[in-house]
Amino acid sequence: MMAAENIQGAPVQSAPRDLAASLQAASVRFGTFTAIEELTLDIECGSFYTILGPSGCGKSTMLRLVSDLIPAASGDVTIFGKTTEQARLAREFAFVFQDATLLPWRSALKNVELPLEIGRNRGIDIPVGSRSPRELLELVGLKGREDALPHELSGGMRQRVAIARALVCQPKLLLMDEPFGALDEMTRDRLNLQLLDIWRETGTTILFVTHSIAEAVFLGQKVIMLKSHPGRLREVVDIDLPEPRTIAQRDTPEFNRYSAYLRNLLETC
Amino acid sequence: MAVIEDMQSVPSIEDVEKIKDRRRRMAAVGVPLGTALGLIALWQIGVKLFGVPTYIAPAPSDVAGAFISKFPVLMENFWPTLFESVAGFAVGNIAAILIAVAFVHSRQVERAFFPIAVFINTIPILAIAPILVLIFGPGITAKVVIAALICFFPTLVNMVRGLQSVSPQALELARILSASKSEVFWKMRLPSSLPFLFSALKISATTSVIGAIVGEWVGADLGLGALIIDSTFNFNSPLLYATVFMSSGLSVFMFAMVTLAERLVVRW
Repeated sequence: MMAAENIQGAPVQSAPRDLAASLQAASVRFGTFTAIEELTLDIECGSFYTILGPSGCGKSTMLRLVSDLIPAASGDVTIFGKTTEQARLAREFAFVFQDATLLPWRSALKNVELPLEIGRNRGIDIPVGSRSPRELLELVGLKGREDALPHELSGGMRQRVAIARALVCQPKLLLMDEPFGALDEMTRDRLNLQLLDIWRETGTTILFVTHSIAEAVFLGQKVIMLKSHPGRLREVVDIDLPEPRTIAQRDTPEFNRYSAYLRNLLETC
Repeated sequence: MAVIEDMQSVPSIEDVEKIKDRRRRMAAVGVPLGTALGLIALWQIGVKLFGVPTYIAPAPSDVAGAFISKFPVLMENFWPTLFESVAGFAVGNIAAILIAVAFVHSRQVERAFFPIAVFINTIPILAIAPILVLIFGPGITAKVVIAALICFFPTLVNMVRGLQSVSPQALELARILSASKSEVFWKMRLPSSLPFLFSALKISATTSVIGAIVGEWVGADLGLGALIIDSTFNFNSPLLYATVFMSSGLSVFMFAMVTLAERLVVRW
């Protein structure tokens, strides 16, 4: 019964592609509270996943489970075939938080350089991306603001610095926890388009938590719908919209069909 | 021709703004300064009008006179107090910072020593000063220790709070980057504590001078505190007032130095 529900609408694994992440019956418990129960999910390399679900369904918890911030109570989580800890130590993934989490005393450039500094004195092999911190700031459209302190930047700019920082070690998996949730709609649209450009250019896998259905459909190749109490997988919905995505697509009947479908699904979660 | 001249004499909007801005800035300095000068004038007039004897309340002119005629004496007593204040400030704050680091590093250390720190802080400095003079003798050491003691507690409390003020998300970021404990300390905890530290340093900049002076009251031949006691017993009120102004000038100097350092260091 459970299995049938999981498989319904899930990506058809006909040709086994490389997996960025794999959760096998993973559960997360906080004391007696079960945040995620037996979540089984495969994340394919190079895809853009968005995660939707009612509040309390464990969207953020799932990202924190994948990123080794919280342990699985049972089940198994692997990232590129490694344990989450090994993947963390190898900097296989990067995390973008809801609030930019920049260090306020460091300039934009210095904030982007932070991951390269951490561990350097301990002789840890830090993967260095093909782009320098300066080039990354240019990529996110902040050329000329390298020396600005975070408080001198707008919310959208700060979040772009955070994205540049996440990209500096060239992660193969990018975890984003409602990164644009606190921004106004215009800024959010612009950053969504920028993020899609970055995704296409870097070829990284993205797991993107959002509570906006429109954002989930617009960004995602696949939408992971979770349901709450406890957090479980409801369905994985493929979004077959033409690439590259454009803002104008939002007014197409296909887009609205996906939105309506997800909205109905959300109500039954 | 006349019209052109007229047009040139009319100030532009920017000029008007500049003039207004200058006036505002002058008022910001002028109003408090004028008030202070007015009060001093009132004091002068009051003392002269009611014929108050100089040993009860000296007129500002008497104090100014003492300041000029006794300037070498004042300076001679200024240097030891400056030294004790600065040394006490340094010792007390460095100790507080190091102990705060130990507290944040280990809950056990905090549990063991925090109640003792609170207890020491509850002893009035006037009560503990004679004890310290008995222990360390009448030399400069006792004064430095008293000044250090008075600086210690505010810095300890603020520094602990500052070191703990790193946001939970920043700590998650550190974990994702697999940062070591010392990297978290140097790159996150210590910089985030600086605004808290400077709030405490501003307090101790002025209290360290109080500590040094209290120490000198208990037993010293030299220093602003000794001069206060000396001029009080000799009913030399103008010198007493001049010494008091000198002490507060020292406090202001210390405070200004810390504020300047804060501006250079905390720029976010």
